Amino acid sequence: MADRPAQLIACHECDLLQRDIPLNPGCTASCRRCGAVLYRNATDSINRTLAYTLAAGILFLVANSFPIFSIEVSGDRSAITLFGAVHALWEQGVRTISVMVFITAIVVPCLELFSLTALLLPLKLGFVPPSYTLFMRTLQFIEPWGMVEVFMLGVLVSLVKLTNNFRVIPGFALYSFGLLTLLIAAAAASFSARDIWNRLDEMLGEEEL
Amino acid sequence: MTPVDSGIASAAANGLCSCHVCRLVSRRSRFSRHEHCPRCGATLHFRKPGSVQRCWALVIASYILYIPANLLVMMETGSLINYRKDTIVSGVVHLWKTGSWMIAVIVFIASVAIPLLKLFSLTFLLISVQRRSHWRPRQRTRLFRLLEAVGRWSMLDIYVVTLLAALVQLGSLAVVKAGPAAVAFGAVVVLTMFATMQFDPRLIWDPLQKEDIHD
Repeated sequence: MADRPAQLIACHECDLLQRDIPLNPGCTASCRRCGAVLYRNATDSINRTLAYTLAAGILFLVANSFPIFSIEVSGDRSAITLFGAVHALWEQGVRTISVMVFITAIVVPCLELFSLTALLLPLKLGFVPPSYTLFMRTLQFIEPWGMVEVFMLGVLVSLVKLTNNFRVIPGFALYSFGLLTLLIAAAAASFSARDIWNRLDEMLGEEEL
Repeated sequence: MTPVDSGIASAAANGLCSCHVCRLVSRRSRFSRHEHCPRCGATLHFRKPGSVQRCWALVIASYILYIPANLLVMMETGSLINYRKDTIVSGVVHLWKTGSWMIAVIVFIASVAIPLLKLFSLTFLLISVQRRSHWRPRQRTRLFRLLEAVGRWSMLDIYVVTLLAALVQLGSLAVVKAGPAAVAFGAVVVLTMFATMQFDPRLIWDPLQKEDIHD
């Protein structure tokens, strides 16, 4: 085991060694050499992130169970859900694209919300989350691949393209996706990995005593 | 922030290593192969292993795939009155001509500007790191940060093609099909994202350090 120099942090972008100092609420610590954001004092991070995550989880289910929009041509109506779109592309033989959309728009957001809940709910209730390193690593690994906000923009662009030729009826999931995008952004903004590790350190330290 | 000691010192130059998962700084020997973070158990590396080589490989693969992504057909649209095959660029031009210039600009940024920006910038960063350049490290780090932030938005066209191809299946009335360029373009997006992840921005700063760091 390596020894642990207290209160030192290294910038993740330029590796400059700096001292970790306490911040006022809402403040951000930046690296003095490269300007990268080192950490923030996110107010009430664990509670707020948990609240946003649980709300996003419910909306995620709603957004995936209802049609995003439908088009109507001479009485014929064709509606689409997110999973329906993935499935239809798979059937058409465009499997690579189908898998990419499935992973970035369904699997990753789902995993993200699940991992966050699995970490934050136990912390909130006052015990150490089981296999927390696994969840922390999962979160870090999948973070770039969750693309709900890009998907939302894709939905809007498709909507405009379709209105040129069809009568388009917005579906329930369209609004759910819009709200989901905001909630996921809010959860990401209030999330602080540093707070979670600090809390875990405290809890594990108490257990040892 | 207060720097440790008066001089500018990187963690690696002091034999300290920051964990890539939990960011805990711990002492690590230069010579032992595998050491683990005392807090979270992740394998410790001074720098991302094989960063430059892996990043080059992914960037070159993306350059190659960028050609079919732009030459082949992205989307086929057929209806009773017309039939068109669009590449990425002709799709943007069509949007512009039909009056949806806002959408045309958004699609142009996401599908043309961002992938090119990423490829050229990564090439530039890789060359500058390999030449151990001292030129404007702060600006180069900022460029890398920008690449990390905007990369994902290139997926836009993939989602649009998916939604349209899945929804517009009305037999003889109207049909939209995804073309082969969609697969190539999707691959470019994914590969450039992996390339950005492989690049280690700390390499930009290492030449400014007196001591050499090997990992």
